[in-house]
Amino acid sequence: MNAPLLSLRGVSAYYGSVAALRGVDLDVNEGEIVTLIGANGAGKSTLMMTVFGAPRARSGTIAFAGEDITARPTHAIARLGLAQSPEGRRVFPRMSVQENLQMGAALHGGRYFGQDLEKVCTLFPRLKERLNQRAGTMSGGEQQMLAIGRALMSRPRLLMLDEPSLGLAPLVVKQIFSAISALNREEGMTIFLVEQNAYHALKLAHRGSVLVNGRITLSGPARALLDDPSIKAAYLEGGHAPTASVGEGVQA
Amino acid sequence: MDVFVQQLINGLTLGSIYGLIAIGYTMVFGIIGMVNFAHGDVFMVSTFIALISFLGLTALGISSVALAFLLVLIVTMALTALWGFSVERIAYRPLRGSFRLAPLISAIGVSIFLSNFVQVAQGARNKALPSMLDGGLTLFERDGYAVTLSYKQILIMAVTSVLLLGFWYLVQRTPFGRAQRACEQDRKMAALLGIDVDRTISLTFVLGAVLAAVAGLLYLLYYGVVSFSDGFVPGVKAFTAAVLGGIGSLPGAVIGGLIIGLIETFWSAYFSIEYKDVAAFSILAIVLIFMPSGLLGRAEVEKV
Repeated sequence: MNAPLLSLRGVSAYYGSVAALRGVDLDVNEGEIVTLIGANGAGKSTLMMTVFGAPRARSGTIAFAGEDITARPTHAIARLGLAQSPEGRRVFPRMSVQENLQMGAALHGGRYFGQDLEKVCTLFPRLKERLNQRAGTMSGGEQQMLAIGRALMSRPRLLMLDEPSLGLAPLVVKQIFSAISALNREEGMTIFLVEQNAYHALKLAHRGSVLVNGRITLSGPARALLDDPSIKAAYLEGGHAPTASVGEGVQA
Repeated sequence: MDVFVQQLINGLTLGSIYGLIAIGYTMVFGIIGMVNFAHGDVFMVSTFIALISFLGLTALGISSVALAFLLVLIVTMALTALWGFSVERIAYRPLRGSFRLAPLISAIGVSIFLSNFVQVAQGARNKALPSMLDGGLTLFERDGYAVTLSYKQILIMAVTSVLLLGFWYLVQRTPFGRAQRACEQDRKMAALLGIDVDRTISLTFVLGAVLAAVAGLLYLLYYGVVSFSDGFVPGVKAFTAAVLGGIGSLPGAVIGGLIIGLIETFWSAYFSIEYKDVAAFSILAIVLIFMPSGLLGRAEVEKV
């Protein structure tokens, strides 16, 4: 019970000869929301994909629920109970919303499809109205909801979300973040959240880490990171972060 | 009018066979983006498997045509599926992730291997099947010209229709079909959802081979003669059908097959039989000029 659900030790990954991750250590405990923040190109999405073995870690170990998954094939890792809403959402564009959700439930052979569909539709009522629409014709926000819903359909023990706020209107971002928080609060879902939107992510998470050029430079309780002067300077006061923090109050 | 109806029947029969082969091209292209040039030769191998099983059954003294047909159908589908599976395993899978042309070259190699293998193992001469299932229905007769629908043609169209219905159900309504379509749209994402992509690709080859096997058996019954070189021309025609219909589209493959079959027979009947292939390929060229992605193909634009 005390061992972390997901644990990375000294993980390095490369694209060709370019190092994308250098000796990353990271733990996600059961029931937590852990966020990984960092600038564009820091290696956040690579880290998500490396957990799934694509690209494969060239050194270090990745363990999930006590099992070493470093060398497992991607589909076998997914079947252990990790689900991902990946960068770019990657819904199946020429399938209906319902079929996309069925794909999420595929690893259970559709056994819990009915009840899980209802859960996902309660979480994202928008999806319920569009079950028969082709996923490729939906808006970005709806596709993001579908990507998260699809991940949930696999009944994961760990839900991994890659930039769920990217490119979405503030109101939609708010909807999605409150859904994430509800999942954790009400169902005890363990969530690993990768975000550029550092303010929102740290507000939501229990713990956070900062990734810079493939290295974890800082880790700690999310609250402490929010107050950390170096983080304030790098991620909260420059670029888009302050608008987000102002926007939250205004658009609520 | 009489000639027209007769040619329509003949064309649809031929087109059914092309359509069945074309599905194998289009499915494999859809899932791994590669033209499986060996598919025509897998079809040719299946005609020989069917021929040998027919002769074997006759030697065993099975005289019921229906029973023989059923047994041969099963044996041919099973053995051809094994060929399709092995070809993918040996010649294509090791090259996945390699540069784009590598599997294409490998496919041409497999194609040459299969036709040479059959040539050496079975001889270069045409092999004939004792005629069976002769006769047919005379639909109508006028001025001494009888429009007939032979039992073979009925069998071919019936088998093709049933098979296509079952196949459509498999792809659209079953978990395997969904996984197959998911891999076609985004292989990496399918893997993230726990789908074994390699297995799905294997099964796609197997499925294509099974349909080609049925086409092979029907082809053997229809023409009564097969040769080691029969992989090439029917293979190219079926590939043409797949491109004409829009490669990657399953209904497109069937419609493309029927169109190619019809063009070929009508051209042979009304113009010249020597130029039937020229006619078929010219239509392809014309269609592709105006509809580059084929009749039912989708333009590669998607909302992201």
